[in-house]
Amino acid sequence: MTRTTTVVIGAGHAGLAASHFLSERSIDHVVLERGEVANSWRQERWDSLRLLTPNWQSRLPGLRYEGPDPDGYLTMGEVTEFIERFAKVSRAPVRTGVNVTSVRRTDDGYHLATSDGEITGRAVVIASGACNRPTVPPLKDAVPAEVEQLTPFDYRDPTQLPDGGVLVVGASATGVQLAAELQRSGRPVTLSVGEHVRLPRTYRGRDVLWWMDASGVWDQRYDEVDDLTRARRLPSPQLVGTPERTTLDLNALAAMGVELVGRLAAIRDGRALFSGGLRNVFSLADLKLARLLDTFDEWARTRGRDAELGPPERLAPTRVPQASRLQLDLGSGEISAIVWATGFRPDYGWLDVPVIDEKGRLRHDGGVVDSPGLYALGLPVLRRRKSTFIYGIEDDAREVTDHLTGYLAARH
Amino acid sequence: MTTVADNGVNVQALLDAREVLKGAPEAAQFTWRASAKWQSGVHSTIKVQSFFGLGEEQSHKAESVFEADHPEVFAAEDNGITPIEYLIVGLASCLSAGVASVAQNRGIQLHSVEATVEGQHDIRGILGADSDVRNGYNDIKVTFHIDADASREDIEALVAQSQKRSAVFDALTNPTNVTVEVA
Repeated sequence: MTRTTTVVIGAGHAGLAASHFLSERSIDHVVLERGEVANSWRQERWDSLRLLTPNWQSRLPGLRYEGPDPDGYLTMGEVTEFIERFAKVSRAPVRTGVNVTSVRRTDDGYHLATSDGEITGRAVVIASGACNRPTVPPLKDAVPAEVEQLTPFDYRDPTQLPDGGVLVVGASATGVQLAAELQRSGRPVTLSVGEHVRLPRTYRGRDVLWWMDASGVWDQRYDEVDDLTRARRLPSPQLVGTPERTTLDLNALAAMGVELVGRLAAIRDGRALFSGGLRNVFSLADLKLARLLDTFDEWARTRGRDAELGPPERLAPTRVPQASRLQLDLGSGEISAIVWATGFRPDYGWLDVPVIDEKGRLRHDGGVVDSPGLYALGLPVLRRRKSTFIYGIEDDAREVTDHLTGYLAARH
Repeated sequence: MTTVADNGVNVQALLDAREVLKGAPEAAQFTWRASAKWQSGVHSTIKVQSFFGLGEEQSHKAESVFEADHPEVFAAEDNGITPIEYLIVGLASCLSAGVASVAQNRGIQLHSVEATVEGQHDIRGILGADSDVRNGYNDIKVTFHIDADASREDIEALVAQSQKRSAVFDALTNPTNVTVEVA
């Protein structure tokens, strides 16, 4: 049995940032990691993936990108190295290869069962990630057996897939990236599109995420957001990090030959049925993008930044296909594989504390979980809009660790 | 905006209901009913009054009676509109209600809202003249003319949001399981 003051679960950027601030406050702690440091980045990402944030935003407490290409995007190998370097620099007390199998509340804290024995701590920080499992809708069961099904966790590169057409379901960052890569590999892609977030890669000569940061959109706090539940459920934006800094919206995909269809609504008698509401999801995304660009322009104008930026731009509306198909016969041989890019969810199967809501989400207020001494980091809009980005963890980790420090002090 | 918008929608009641029903999904289960009685030819009379919701039987203030028939070009007597026209009646009214509700919630004063709906229908489907032609609409187009104290972008956003929250838009654009049986 190990006793410590605070147990951090997960040695990704979030858990290591928590460790950094705990060390700064001389709070005795241990970071438990089921695999290696930055495990999800090593094991659960496809080969071509790069970060969505530009390199100059690759920043963790006390560490920043100092390479030659501030406007580029880190590959997965480079992200892994960056996080490993952070673990070394901050001398995080990481125990790798330790799988947490249960967390229970006790009279004076928490009891953890792990693959490497039992641990108790007065406080626990859950930093195990927001994307532990791919979310796949139940209608997967109705897909004919001859069609191969993959999640982004299974996917590494196009050669894994059979030749022939691919139906990619979902048009967030994952869906648009995989659709583009599969289309380029010679597999005709049909992309099923529901509500989505459209963003250009660059706007007025700057990375769109520079704008999100500079204009203060990313700093909007969770307690200032109109509809927090909705903000936390927002799909990831249609972005890709490439050396060419290209925009990967639906117009770009259509120009590559990707066929756009509506949201996958049902599979009936082996036929995929798509929503006829495609036009409206285009309108919603286009209108939302126009409002965001208005916000950027307004910020630039009132802050006197117009001179250093290109002129305001407006993007062409998302082009509605002449006739989008409402049905696709999955048994016809046209489609060889389906890729479910339908989102990810955290896994709290090991958490034996009643803090999970009916939708499987952790109940927390800005990372302060609904159980004394229990905290969370690295979830969408945890404390700010930038919370899930590597760049966004520093402020969150500092504030959550502050709360934790206060909690420990009050219980002395 | 200096004055408070009033489109006659009690948005507060709807927002309150949303909060209450979040914690009481069973009360949110509604059943809508219509009963049709065949008259003669392709003419039916449909009556609507009762429904179920909020855990109990409910009733409209009065019974509504609808006549459905087919026009004379279909060799019918035209005692009422065609059943497929009732679908676009539903769509136009649902989207208009949505526009009013969303405008109220966003503090936008409406002066007039007019919608025209056109549904493109190839009747070779229902006649069995060509098995490649579907029975229902091939395409539906709704055109709104809206006069409101708002920019064009805000009005477009109202119309987009009303589609996003429309029961009939969803029912027409997405498949629904339908069971028809003989009692």
